[in-house]
Amino acid sequence: MIHSKLSKVAAIGLIAASALLGATPARADEVPETETDPPRVELVLDVSGSMRAADIDGATRMDVAKQAFNDVVDALPETTQLGIRVLGATYGGKNKRTGCRDTQQIVPVGPVNRVAAKNAIASLQPTGFTPIGLALRGAATDLGDTGSVRRIVLITDGEDTCTPPDPCEVARELAAQGTSLVVDTLGLTPDEKTRKQLVCISTATGGTYASAKSEEELTDRIKQLVDRAALPPPVTPAVVAGTEDCEGAPLLAAGVYTDRELIGQHRFYRVAVRPDQELRASVSISLDRPLNRDYGVLLKAAAPDGRELVRGVDAGSGRADVLSTGLRWSLPSSDSDSDSGAASNDVCLIVSNSFASATAAGAPGMPVELTVGLVDASDTPDAPGLGRGWLLLLVLAAAGLVAGVLTGWLTRWWVAKWREN
Amino acid sequence: MPIPLTATALTTALLPLLTPLAPAEISTAGTSFLTAVTISPDQPVQVSAVTGDHLYWSFPAGAAQRPELALTVDLPPSADRTGDQSWTVEVFDGLRRRQACVAGAQSPVATTTDTRVTLGCRLRQIRSWAEPWDGDPLPGTYYIRLSTTELPEKDLGLPVEVALTLTTPTGDTNADQGVLAAPLVPENHPGKILTSPAVTPSAEPEPALSADWLPDFSARWIWTAAGGVLAALTGLLGFSWTRRRPQSP
Repeated sequence: MIHSKLSKVAAIGLIAASALLGATPARADEVPETETDPPRVELVLDVSGSMRAADIDGATRMDVAKQAFNDVVDALPETTQLGIRVLGATYGGKNKRTGCRDTQQIVPVGPVNRVAAKNAIASLQPTGFTPIGLALRGAATDLGDTGSVRRIVLITDGEDTCTPPDPCEVARELAAQGTSLVVDTLGLTPDEKTRKQLVCISTATGGTYASAKSEEELTDRIKQLVDRAALPPPVTPAVVAGTEDCEGAPLLAAGVYTDRELIGQHRFYRVAVRPDQELRASVSISLDRPLNRDYGVLLKAAAPDGRELVRGVDAGSGRADVLSTGLRWSLPSSDSDSDSGAASNDVCLIVSNSFASATAAGAPGMPVELTVGLVDASDTPDAPGLGRGWLLLLVLAAAGLVAGVLTGWLTRWWVAKWREN
Repeated sequence: MPIPLTATALTTALLPLLTPLAPAEISTAGTSFLTAVTISPDQPVQVSAVTGDHLYWSFPAGAAQRPELALTVDLPPSADRTGDQSWTVEVFDGLRRRQACVAGAQSPVATTTDTRVTLGCRLRQIRSWAEPWDGDPLPGTYYIRLSTTELPEKDLGLPVEVALTLTTPTGDTNADQGVLAAPLVPENHPGKILTSPAVTPSAEPEPALSADWLPDFSARWIWTAAGGVLAALTGLLGFSWTRRRPQSP
């Protein structure tokens, strides 16, 4: 029992030590984190004629939306940069051409002025058409491209009445331009067509879709979205364009990158890895469009001559937002001894996918997020020099016993022989 | 009054150290790997979301730990749902590689009448070292993703409540040899495209005199030393068997 107690003491010591050791690198990692600007959010509210319908607990959709907006404006964190844009708010006529250009920004993007925002919301009257595509384009312009994360929250009760442009196509096209743009959509008692359109818009930009059938649901959801927007990602990925072969591929330093890849396309990147370094790479492809049920992603590391070094692969089926995989590679230790002349080895990273889409296979490609890391290589440990366990004790005890008996016999034989002579 | 001031300062400085057992509740979740919300073991997580959301959290884990997740999802009212929903919880390591669950209901299906679905996942014991070509769980960051994989299109966007608890019991601390030079944590800085390979000095050669061959202190030292003592004792015993018993008087 002593052994087990002692080993427990040792084990506790080890746990404490490993906890301390484990904590240090995690802290060290937080230091080089770059400063990111607070995210910019724009609420886009549908004020079209259909918002007059009084079908949410007896109140009109417009009243419910106004109340929810007021609650949200009260609850907003001070740091949020928020703007509000409306669509279908001013033109009450029948001319579709004019009605489909009806979208204005009523609160500019910036620190929230609660009183001004509430006054602007209070004066809204449900009026015209539903030009969602145009409003999305307007909102993207309002948010600008300052390098910080951009989020649009679209609240509507009906489908776009001004197609073309198809708002879903507009969303995909906007997301492909500039810094990350996410559109979250909220449907007020949506019908099937509205729901499909909103789901398509949010999927195209990596956003989320929710439906609201009561004021409480609407308020809760907007608050969730604003809370999530208040947590910006720790890094803004650098834009890179992978090539069709390894020869002219961009040479990457450690860090996070973003790119686009078409269905069935291969993208090549290069990384220089020193013999004493380990390459770590991970890739995520966002599923931003309707896709066939089964899919996969492959990240391959290869030597410049095409010899495969290692691969990371993942596959899936059904609904998903991203599909990712990763790999580690370092020069095998036997090679690094003989090959120590080379200062570094070029390694090609090849990102490919096995997606298929019946409806939207073309440009822009699907968003790719590539992370490259270069750290010290880890040594292969030697076989353990020490043993443990009851079997070890038994074997040692038995060996001791046999050795003792043999020594005893030998000594007797030797003493007897010495007496004889 | 320097002494009471110092005492107060000390107490305020120590207070956060003394009460690490009650971490604040987390009420939000990320929507991508980059925005994953960091949680710590035994920290309560209670998040409002909707069906169709993909929710991300991350947590740090060290060698010999066996992280275990337990999730409950309170589903939207049955009247609003039209069919079965498949929920799934997935765990990825710091390189976003999928990690296997060895126990727990990872992807249960909730029927239309269910009011709540329970998910769980226990990871393999985290190893202190693995070959680069290997997918074993290693020390570093882990990501959790909760999502609905299959559900009727009509049932998207309905409110749900998610509760998550993470525990990280420690398993066998010396199951493994070797250490990883750097934990698998994400590189959180923007990349840079180079024109020529970065010239960084290679690591300086190892000093000639090193005690690397000597294993660190561990329970193995105690086992082996105890084995040696035992062998010596049994050796003496064996030796004494071969002696003539002293005649009893």
